Amino acid sequence: MVTDFNLKTFLSIVLIFLLALAVLSAGQVEEESLTLATTTSIEDSGLLEEFLPVFEERTGYDVDVIAVGTGQALETGRRGDADVLLVHAPDLEKEFVEEGYGTDRYFIMSNDFVIVGPSDDPAGLMDLETTKEAMITIKEEGEAEELTFTSRGDGSGTHFQEQQLWKVAEIELEKVESGNWYQSLGQGMGPTLITSNEMQAYTLTDRGSFVSMRDELPNLAEIFAGPEELDNPYSILPVNPDKYDVDYDGAMEFAEFFQEEKTQEMIGDFGIEEYGEPLFLPGLL
Amino acid sequence: MHTLIQGFREAIKLLISLDPELLQIISVSFRVTGTALFVSVLIGVPLGTVLGLVDFPGKKIITALLYTGMGLPPVVVGLFVFIMFSASGPFGSLGWLFTTRSIVVAQTILALPLVTSFVMTSVLSIDIALIRQMKSLGTSRKQLLWTVIKEARLGAVVAMAAGYGAVISEVGAVMLVGGNIAGKTRVLTTAIMLETRQGRFGFALALGIILLLIAFITNMIMMKFQHREIK
Repeated sequence: MVTDFNLKTFLSIVLIFLLALAVLSAGQVEEESLTLATTTSIEDSGLLEEFLPVFEERTGYDVDVIAVGTGQALETGRRGDADVLLVHAPDLEKEFVEEGYGTDRYFIMSNDFVIVGPSDDPAGLMDLETTKEAMITIKEEGEAEELTFTSRGDGSGTHFQEQQLWKVAEIELEKVESGNWYQSLGQGMGPTLITSNEMQAYTLTDRGSFVSMRDELPNLAEIFAGPEELDNPYSILPVNPDKYDVDYDGAMEFAEFFQEEKTQEMIGDFGIEEYGEPLFLPGLL
Repeated sequence: MHTLIQGFREAIKLLISLDPELLQIISVSFRVTGTALFVSVLIGVPLGTVLGLVDFPGKKIITALLYTGMGLPPVVVGLFVFIMFSASGPFGSLGWLFTTRSIVVAQTILALPLVTSFVMTSVLSIDIALIRQMKSLGTSRKQLLWTVIKEARLGAVVAMAAGYGAVISEVGAVMLVGGNIAGKTRVLTTAIMLETRQGRFGFALALGIILLLIAFITNMIMMKFQHREIK
């Protein structure tokens, strides 16, 4: 056997690695791009596909969209890995701004949350008036093994909203989460709806995701909607340029674009043609 | 069943129409995985050869680390790379996060242990008598190394195929560090995930079929290099 393994061999290996990295680095051209961290519900609705080209053409920016859960989107901003956020979790957003990670919140639009479930509504939620009644009924019927409830369980805006609703009904979260009828999936809105459709379960969803996926969800129907606790406001948050080297000007242009009257009108029309109803309500009209 | 048939139909339609978005996704997949594999081979083949030939203190530990590396959970690798290249991480100033470069780094970390250990195993299986004989005939060390690499060619190809298969089909790390940005870091696996998430199973399946097809063709090409061994 050859036995003289030496430092030279090792160094040359390291050198090759560094060279390879250098080759890689040379391969990519930098362009002016704005990184937007947003939620999967926004990306899955198709809203950005329609609006970003308009914005890009006007400003010359190239927008990179990272679609993750709201929790992860805020964390991406907190680490300075995005220039601007488009999310829907008012309390978490306020915290984000108060901590100095975001400069401000610009409310641009909303849709609402709906509780969807099996079309025959075995829990009888359809006739209820208040969110409190609805949540109490879900818990009671769940414990009576009449229904299954699926939760996003992924720290997203929708998951956070669901937790607020249990609070509104004065139900302790622990009691719910320990129930056999309560399934915490830890997944995005799409997979959660698909799972609920397969399990014939109730779940909380934003209207946009549900409407845009309705064709794939034959077993689910809109069961409960309306009260103001179910409002779902979306805001744009530029990441603070004092904290990180982010493109604040681009972020502000992005926020301004979505507040313009023309864009707001487009938001109101978005989805009507394809789904017969708008997915979002413009916030400033 | 219906969805399956729809998936196959959609796959054929997509391939025939040469959908520009699909071609873009395929090209990013190839570029990224190709680069990661190239880097892995560049480091892994010499490293595996040395590990197979040379005894030195600590070799056992390195080998054990290598075997552990073969089972690295991709998401953990992704998270590690994410933190490294995040703006608030140690290499944040490079601006590599959410670009194909961070994907290459993550995939290299995943493929390197596979490539290295496959090469090492095949070097270990080379006839020692042959090497002794060559040495006694006064062959230079360079030539000796070359012979060893040539003899271990089969292992090297298997190593490449294993590394390639591991990274082209990987989704967790790529999603995390690349961000699945349309036209930039969207690869076949993350596109499949996106389509699945939106309930478009047929289209997702079509992309899956294309992914398998690409892997199959690539493996066929790699086997060309070892045609003498496989009969």
